[in-house]
Amino acid sequence: MSKYIATRAMRGANALVTEAELMLNRALNEKGADTPVSFPNTAYYLPTILGMTGKSIEKLGDLQFVVKYARDMLHPLPAFAKWTPYLGETLDSGMATLLAAETIEAVRFAYGLQPEPMPGFKLAGGTSFTSPESGGENLDGHLNGPIDDIQLRSWGIQLVDGRMPGFAAIVGCAKSNAVAVKIVRELQRRNILTFLCGNVNGRSIIHQLQEEGVELGYNTFTVPFGTDTISAIYALGFATRSALTFGGLKPGQSREILLYNKERVFAFVLALGEVDDLKYAAAAGAINFGFPVIADTVIPEILPTGVTTYEHVVSMPFNQIEGKDDLERAEQLVQKCIEVRGVKVKVSNVDVPVPYGSAFEGEVVRKADLRIEFGGKHSRAFEYLQMAKLDEVTDGKIEVVGPDFSKVEAQGSMDMGIVIKVAGRQMQQDFEPVLERQVHYFVNGASGIQHVGQRDIAWIRISNAAADKGFSLESFGKILHARFHEDFGAIVDKVQVTIVTDPALHAEWLEKARVAYDFRNKRLADLTDDKVEEFYSCTLCQSFAPNHVCVVSPERLGLCGAYNWLDCKASFSINPTGPNQPIKLGKQIDDRKGYWQGTNDYAKIGSHGVVEEVSMYSIMENPMTACGCFECIVMLIPEANGVMVVSREDTSLTPAGMTFSTLAGIAGGGMQTPGVMGVGKFYLISPKFISADGGFKRVIWMSSVLKETMKDEFQAVCEREGDPDLLDKIADERNVTSVEDLLAWLEAHNHPAMAMEPMF
Amino acid sequence: MPRKRDIKDYSTDPAAQQMLIRAEELGIGTAFTRADNMVPCNIGGAGMCCKQCGMGPCRLTKSGEVGVCGATLDTIQARNLTRSIAAGSAAHSDHGRDMAFLLKATANGEAEGYSIRDVAKLRIIASIYDIKVEGRSPEEIANDLADLYTSQFGQQRGEVVPAIRAPKKRQQIWREQNVWPRGVDREVVEALHRTHIGDDQEPAHILNHAIRTALADGWAGSMIATDISDILFGTPAPILGEANLGVIKDDMVNVVVHGHEPSMSEMLVAASQDPEIIAYAKAAGAHGVNLSGICCTANEILMRQGIPAAGNFLHQELAIMTGAVEAMVVDVQCIMQALVGLAQNFHTAIITTSPKVKITGATHIEFDERKALTIAKQILKVAIDNFKNRESAKVRIPQIKESLIPGFSHEYINYMLGGSYRASFRPLNDAIMTGRIRGVAAIVGCNNPRSSQDYLHNKVVKELLKQDVLVVQTGCGAIAAGKLGLMLGEAGLSEVGSGLREICETVGIPPVLHMGSCVDNTRILTVLTQMVEEGGLGDDIDQVPAVGLAPEWMSEKALAIATYCVASGAYVIFGGASPVSGMPDRVNDSDAVLHYISEGWEKIYGGKLEFIPDPQKMIDATLAHIDKKRAALGLPAWEKDKFGRSGDARMKELENLPLEKKREAIYGLAAD
Repeated sequence: MSKYIATRAMRGANALVTEAELMLNRALNEKGADTPVSFPNTAYYLPTILGMTGKSIEKLGDLQFVVKYARDMLHPLPAFAKWTPYLGETLDSGMATLLAAETIEAVRFAYGLQPEPMPGFKLAGGTSFTSPESGGENLDGHLNGPIDDIQLRSWGIQLVDGRMPGFAAIVGCAKSNAVAVKIVRELQRRNILTFLCGNVNGRSIIHQLQEEGVELGYNTFTVPFGTDTISAIYALGFATRSALTFGGLKPGQSREILLYNKERVFAFVLALGEVDDLKYAAAAGAINFGFPVIADTVIPEILPTGVTTYEHVVSMPFNQIEGKDDLERAEQLVQKCIEVRGVKVKVSNVDVPVPYGSAFEGEVVRKADLRIEFGGKHSRAFEYLQMAKLDEVTDGKIEVVGPDFSKVEAQGSMDMGIVIKVAGRQMQQDFEPVLERQVHYFVNGASGIQHVGQRDIAWIRISNAAADKGFSLESFGKILHARFHEDFGAIVDKVQVTIVTDPALHAEWLEKARVAYDFRNKRLADLTDDKVEEFYSCTLCQSFAPNHVCVVSPERLGLCGAYNWLDCKASFSINPTGPNQPIKLGKQIDDRKGYWQGTNDYAKIGSHGVVEEVSMYSIMENPMTACGCFECIVMLIPEANGVMVVSREDTSLTPAGMTFSTLAGIAGGGMQTPGVMGVGKFYLISPKFISADGGFKRVIWMSSVLKETMKDEFQAVCEREGDPDLLDKIADERNVTSVEDLLAWLEAHNHPAMAMEPMF
Repeated sequence: MPRKRDIKDYSTDPAAQQMLIRAEELGIGTAFTRADNMVPCNIGGAGMCCKQCGMGPCRLTKSGEVGVCGATLDTIQARNLTRSIAAGSAAHSDHGRDMAFLLKATANGEAEGYSIRDVAKLRIIASIYDIKVEGRSPEEIANDLADLYTSQFGQQRGEVVPAIRAPKKRQQIWREQNVWPRGVDREVVEALHRTHIGDDQEPAHILNHAIRTALADGWAGSMIATDISDILFGTPAPILGEANLGVIKDDMVNVVVHGHEPSMSEMLVAASQDPEIIAYAKAAGAHGVNLSGICCTANEILMRQGIPAAGNFLHQELAIMTGAVEAMVVDVQCIMQALVGLAQNFHTAIITTSPKVKITGATHIEFDERKALTIAKQILKVAIDNFKNRESAKVRIPQIKESLIPGFSHEYINYMLGGSYRASFRPLNDAIMTGRIRGVAAIVGCNNPRSSQDYLHNKVVKELLKQDVLVVQTGCGAIAAGKLGLMLGEAGLSEVGSGLREICETVGIPPVLHMGSCVDNTRILTVLTQMVEEGGLGDDIDQVPAVGLAPEWMSEKALAIATYCVASGAYVIFGGASPVSGMPDRVNDSDAVLHYISEGWEKIYGGKLEFIPDPQKMIDATLAHIDKKRAALGLPAWEKDKFGRSGDARMKELENLPLEKKREAIYGLAAD
């Protein structure tokens, strides 16, 4: 600290704790102590309070403890002269500020004032509110408020594999709208998750970005929390939950949670415009997490290190930043933030006329903004990657065969195929689908381009804005050429891309592609656990969940859904010392439950001794552990002699009496819990899905979202299992929400699990 | 008695100078003038005299000369030094023993006025020794801890337990060298035995036991004293206090407490605030009772209660000469016998309280913890009753005092660097590793009238601060810096190098941290251990860029402290004369022991003890050692003015601009 900052932060803290106290007392009078309080779709109650104090806040009355706790951490302001030390005291005041801020937001939720209403605002993806009043997912007319557990977990894998290098909490208002946009674009370009909050004299960066038409929401990695500083607490709630979700830490392990963030979560605070007492106080809170603060105004700097890894507080007065114009200054500012936090950023240099980065992956191109689409209802699009010999590929050659889209009317469509030839000494035919699947991510990274699906059901949209800037068919080739080299340089030496729009050639290539898809399907179906000699480990998540290890087999993909056996094999080829290592199976110990000498030995080493043995095919005995990024949770319902499958996207109450978020707390953190398992959704259709416990027939309840989105796949499984009507016998949240109802349902539908041998 | 030196050569403290002039006016002798007249024995001073038996004393002044028994010079020096160390260890440890007894009595409800004020520390300390804490009352825990600690003194075999708090590597060295103390008393007794006529006569072997005896002080007796003082009276945290003779008030009954143990002085603090006593004082015509301290008693109540310090060791006579002290209440250690005679020139009552200490002519009111508060009130009443005897014509209170912020326990240092949630030594280690802080100097110890009071202390401190060396202090050295204003946050902005300034400003600390009394040097050991454990500064204390100094040492306790610090891995520099200097220019090899405790000990323990009288050389040796340790750790070499960009200065400048300009300068152009 400096005395100036200490004084202002303590003053801000004192004021906010008092404000929280007044608000709470009013709420207690008006609504009563038993009024429930919660943030939407989270199992972590009020997460910062939970993490720091260990208390689960469920009612307004519980918050009285929090206010007292916060008040006990306040300190008198440093004396004008002959002062006593203030660093520790300021950090404590900062923590008091965070607890008070979360208290205030909780009270506001109780009054329906959070998420902050903003008429006319549309979120580009965000927390859904399933309360009856809001009528399901409603993303209009309000800001996002806190990030829900669903999104936290789905971002988990990106945070751990480095696609998302960290997060920025922007507080305040930029010098101009153009600067605001530039800052956010610079962060997006680096795939840094950006949280927006605060204001200067009533004007927030959220207003600035809204005026400039920048899409804000989960889909663009840019989440508007609220237009006051208090809403910055959601960033720290997110950070706290990261530690609880992925770090295996328990509520109340405050020091460990804060150190986890310092060491593993690369986040920083960027204060734009005047820094007032409350912002200083909140910043002091953030420093507890090891998150440094960078301001674009003159504030005292704190350059010694220790509580944060690098400098604590850095001042970069905007007008004094070197640069030919404000936009260049904005770029420098973001660069500085990254340096100060030590964020590891990988920027793709893709030569296309639009901004490029993973943050644009989730962007949606709406009908009204559409220039042209390929695929979808009115046209056909496909993408096909094939391996070729080195001398058959001309690296960097991008060819458009057929007409471009200049003749196609606005919002029109045309047929298009993307044919990619790659060559490399380390390339294997098995890697073709692995690389082909990347087309989705690579193409989506371009701002103003939307990519959905894969193979011959690909659907690509180009927005007017992108087309106006000169995005052409050739641009697809440039993206793919650059990204394959960058990400898969170890196995790919040459990349050539042909974009086919000529109708005759399109049909011809589509036919060739379909032959290849078919071949691959058969190859995949043939690729079973007993036909390989090695599985792969996946320790990608260990940067976040230090003791978790996935064992990936051909018939069991990683629980995040992002890595199957072939992906791991390719990853090992790319980086032989990386997170995916072959596990030699060695002697098979139990073929039914899926024990091998090799997998057991590896589990011990990989989990640093936490796990002794791991069964590949059983949920009941030594089940595989989970980090926190799983797509669904499988959990035993003892009364029903079967398991339920809850999707990450399902926010409803399951028959077990808990939501996904609550269950996830049991399933995650790298601990073995018999009867509970986090899995990737495609594992559900594998013949090896809990095969030791009876397989898919054990599924007695499943979130409807899964049932619907994977209907065809499940139907095939039901037929494979010899019970074609099985899917209809599986209950979901639309008809069953308690164990009693579940048992009645299973009885009524004659579910096979009722007649199977007891699970334990 | 006419003075033989210029007043500045007696003391650099202006308050002391005023009082010394006053002494001259009154024709009263003080330690300062007695030192002029008492030339130190050059043979005894060099450690060359043996009076261990009735065949001597033998004075060995020629090369190759031996004692009547044949004892060589190096044996005699090693024995003399070891006896001094044993006496020093005994003094600290006996203080620790009494604290353990007091803890036991408090736990059993038998100590009037005492309670367990720091339950958190009690639980932490008890947990270190696997004493069960969950579900138990503080009294139950304290009872067990008191038993464990009491047993450390009389333990015959095994290892004293507090030493398990040292770095692992250090513990291994102690075991290998067979110097881990078995029991405090046993080591002191054995030291006396071994140095008796006709016993241990191999100097290195004798000195190895000196190490063990000193460790029994630093890692047992003293550590126990500090732990229990914190548990009973509270772990210190920064508090605003004052120091120097100006704290004596002419309208109040002044009681000066002097000595070392907090048990009595804490009760006097409590009694002085008692309404009954205040009323009694008012009835006597005073505004109340004004308590102040001298020596380490001053430090104990200053850092916990903010009670002002009247001064350090050499101020004890000067305080009485203000003519405004109704009573000087003393317990143990560093109390000059001269006080009684001096007090006869004034109305001051000298009151001894320890069962171990009586002084001819002094009033003895014996302290008993079972009636502590009652006795404290009785003492204060004696003082109040004496108020009427004060002669206003004789009152000369120097209007000189300075504020200071003491109270840097290792617990608070840990807290101040990260708050309740992130407390750690990381920021300190980082600061040293980057070179903002070049290293750490612990500057401790006494006053010694053989040099100008406080001169060596403050000369060294002030110069090291400019070289970005963070200074921690205890004992009389601490009061020296406090009197000079170096223990204020303001000094951290103006009196230091640019890198240290940045750290002081970040944390809000003075550049000189007051860590307590001389028995609290164990706090420094704990800090060094925690710095090692935090990582980045090696894996043992001897690798940390730190130096211990006692520029004005005089007591045997200082020798014990020096020795346990060396055995813990520290480089220790003493000012003044070495008790084992020998006369190498006249007697061959008479400096063998002097070299052994330097190079010899360094080979074994990584620490060494050296005597450097010249302050500039002391500073140079300190910096050279710090730089050597930095280099060994692979840290960047310290550079002057490399750091110092951050802080409030720019903000303060801008805040003074007119509003319009201020807005623009701070925020740039307004947002659109």
